[in-house]
Amino acid sequence: MATLELQGLAKRFGKTTVLHGVDLALTDGEMLVIVGASGCGKSTLLRLVAGLEEPSAGRILLDGVDITGRDPARRDIAMVFQNYALYPHMSVFDNMAYGLKLKGMKRPEIARKIEEAADTLGLSALLGRKPRELSGGQRQRVAMGRAIVREPKLFLFDEPLSNLDAKLRVQVRADIRKLQKRLKVTSLYVTHDQIEAMTLADRLIVMHEGRAAQIGAPTAVFDKPADRYVASFIGEPAMNFCSATLIAGGTAARLDAGPTVDLPDGARAGADDTRITIGIRPQHALLSTGADAMPLTVELIEPLGSETLIHGRLADGSEFMLRVAGPAPAAETIKISLPAHYLHVFDAESGKRLEPLTPALSAPAMP
Amino acid sequence: MERRTLFNGRLLPAVLVLPQLAITILFFILPAYKAFAESVRATDAFGLHTSFVGFANFLHLARSNLYQHAMIRTGVFCVAVTVLAMAAGLVLAVFADRAIKGRAIYRTLLIWPYAIAPAIASVIFVFLLQPQIGLITNLLGRLGIDFDYATNGGQAFLLIILIAAWKQVSYNFIFYVAGLQSVPRSVIEAATLDGARGFHRFRTMIWPLLTPTTFFLIIVNFVYAAFDTFALIFALTAGGPGTATETLVVKVYRDGVINLDLGGSAAQSVILMAIIVGLTAIQFRYTGKRAVS
Amino acid sequence: MTRKPDYLAHAILLMGVLIFIFPIWVTFAGATQSAAAINRGDISLIPRLSGLVVFVQALGLGNAAKGGVPVWHMLLVSFGMALGIAIGKIAISALSAFAIAFFRFPFRMLAFWLIFITLMLPVEVRIIPTYSVMSDFHLINTFTGLTMPLIASATATLLFRQVFLTIPDELVEAAKLDGAGPMRFFFDILLPVSGANLAALFVILFIYGWNQYLWPLLVATNGRLDTIVLGIVQMINPEALPQWNFVMAATILALIPPVLVVIAMQRWFVRGLTEADK
Repeated sequence: MATLELQGLAKRFGKTTVLHGVDLALTDGEMLVIVGASGCGKSTLLRLVAGLEEPSAGRILLDGVDITGRDPARRDIAMVFQNYALYPHMSVFDNMAYGLKLKGMKRPEIARKIEEAADTLGLSALLGRKPRELSGGQRQRVAMGRAIVREPKLFLFDEPLSNLDAKLRVQVRADIRKLQKRLKVTSLYVTHDQIEAMTLADRLIVMHEGRAAQIGAPTAVFDKPADRYVASFIGEPAMNFCSATLIAGGTAARLDAGPTVDLPDGARAGADDTRITIGIRPQHALLSTGADAMPLTVELIEPLGSETLIHGRLADGSEFMLRVAGPAPAAETIKISLPAHYLHVFDAESGKRLEPLTPALSAPAMP
Repeated sequence: MERRTLFNGRLLPAVLVLPQLAITILFFILPAYKAFAESVRATDAFGLHTSFVGFANFLHLARSNLYQHAMIRTGVFCVAVTVLAMAAGLVLAVFADRAIKGRAIYRTLLIWPYAIAPAIASVIFVFLLQPQIGLITNLLGRLGIDFDYATNGGQAFLLIILIAAWKQVSYNFIFYVAGLQSVPRSVIEAATLDGARGFHRFRTMIWPLLTPTTFFLIIVNFVYAAFDTFALIFALTAGGPGTATETLVVKVYRDGVINLDLGGSAAQSVILMAIIVGLTAIQFRYTGKRAVS
Repeated sequence: MTRKPDYLAHAILLMGVLIFIFPIWVTFAGATQSAAAINRGDISLIPRLSGLVVFVQALGLGNAAKGGVPVWHMLLVSFGMALGIAIGKIAISALSAFAIAFFRFPFRMLAFWLIFITLMLPVEVRIIPTYSVMSDFHLINTFTGLTMPLIASATATLLFRQVFLTIPDELVEAAKLDGAGPMRFFFDILLPVSGANLAALFVILFIYGWNQYLWPLLVATNGRLDTIVLGIVQMINPEALPQWNFVMAATILALIPPVLVVIAMQRWFVRGLTEADK
């Protein structure tokens, strides 16, 4: 049980800056997921916390104690690695016992702890086996067990599910979350998979080019992405973006593709004719016959069973994707509309989210 | 290639490399340096006075008929041994790669000769070919061929080539078997579907894919023939009769240890080092710097 | 699908096998025959069962020309030398490769290249100066002198470095998180994980040590440290007539240990060899 605080944590390798000063605070028992594309600095962040890399600047506080310069083994943390990093020549029991032995713990106590952990993880029958005699899922559990027996203040997960097949991944994901909730251990979890991030996180931090693009609850990040990058990264299929111009004192936007859309939740800052980007998720755009509907030239239809993905192009040539319930209409050109309350507005230049100046009362309350 | 994860510390690694470095410097670098130093000096006939003579020892070698002959002899020896040992290794490996009964046993029976010491290989052939007792000598005698490597220089030279090649076949066999195993099945299957059969398939598909192995083995066999055969030759003929089997390494030993021409022997050592540096450089240049990367 | 046996392959492989086994068989069969018969040039290919005792007798026989050190003693010296070289090489090579692969320290690359250079300096090319270094250190006719100079090994160091570079980073990190320092990691994780390579290297180095000829020839001059290889060669080249059957028996005895090691550890050895030299 612990809190973790990162203050201005930065890392440079030679001339390249991998991490530009990240500030973060985890409350006791929180599961925080770091998500981002490869090379965004998420793994570096985790390794800094683990003590496997030395930060170029910044501090790491665990339970208020500065552990920045401390040896990894003395940080009271445990880590689950992507490829599990089990010692191939040791039995499951010895894999879990190794760290405890080095801590100088007595044999009977080690045995008791391992039995307990093995019981929790369903590993009791496997304690005598070598890693190569285990399935992928079992190895993953041993890696978890090795972390649990240390009773750390902080769990670190480095893409622990990426070596499992898709079906097993869903199950182990749920297992990890249940276990973490039961043990109430503060956890930092790195993944590139946004679905994993959404399902596991109390809060998530979206990393982009060495910076925290957004930190927040999964639904908050999904509903109000802080910039275009986050908007495109979180959510599957990815959000559509349409170039547009701000008009009517910031209360409406004229899409390059033709129609004008109202921004009912409030005016955006900026003079008329300011270039902006309007975002809308594929599942939020609608098939429409209304007067304000715009034409979409259909290029590809992907039936998913209960739903259908329609790929097409708008009048201005930009790509647009639509997810509709049921089959797609049989037409080369269809008409779509963009419901106003699902629109996301971003500055065209900086990509930052533009919030209404006076939040409308109808805005949904964030959890 | 370098590791990403390291341990900290400066003293510990220094201590860890120390034994290796100490032995390397004492028994490799220092003698090599001494060879260089010695190669530019000459000692008078009574061993009383040593003087700096510059490149005189090298010039002397360059003008020496004996040295030139030893050089040519070594070249011929190396080429003959390399070709024989590699051809035999390759043929055996190709057939041992076929799906036949007892393949594993054949392999074991062809690999074990790796364990034979070069000197012992010569001794074994002495038993077969010694003028008085040799089984094969007697057989040849009955056919009217008078075989005596102790007096006939040509026969002695032929014999050391055969023994040196015999001893090296298993090494080449091991590498060719490994090379053949790494030829992807799919390539063979694709070639078979394209109608390639038998020797044609070997020549157009397998042989080109074995090129890295072949190249590597050429260098290794050359180094073996030039340097590692000292024991083999010395045990059999000690370089004789006359100088018939005196390769460069045998000459270094004879001139240095037996004739006590230290400067000349050292100059020869320096030349041999240059040759081996050249061979190693070629190996790393063309085999993709496998060991150092 | 049944196919007719591949006669050509069997014929060629059998011939290959015979070319290697025949000389050994002659040696073996010859050893069991009487010295007189051999001297007449009358070696039978059929071993004499009653002559098998020669392999025991040969153990006690020595090389009279060099103080009569018996064969069993030579075998012992060879064994000690091969073992000493194999273990010594593995120890110092593993340690230095560990330092070079897992640490950054000043002159690291210099150390690496100094070790690498030894590849290009076999004993054969530096006979005299090495001998003079040996005698400067009073190492002639000592076991240390016989083994120590052969212990430095670029090949083994390069192989270990290669193996160590393939150890996943995460394994090292896991060990660090478990609280293992460098030496603990070395002994608890790195060496056991490299076990197969260790075995392969041991075979290669044992044979390398056992088969040495030139070095013992230089260093063991008073007979006390004659290795079996050196001893046998000296037995066939004395002024007096060799006792052929005993020499042949000793030759067979000299072959047994390295051949056994190769056959027993063939799988590791072949893999180790093909990986080490590449």
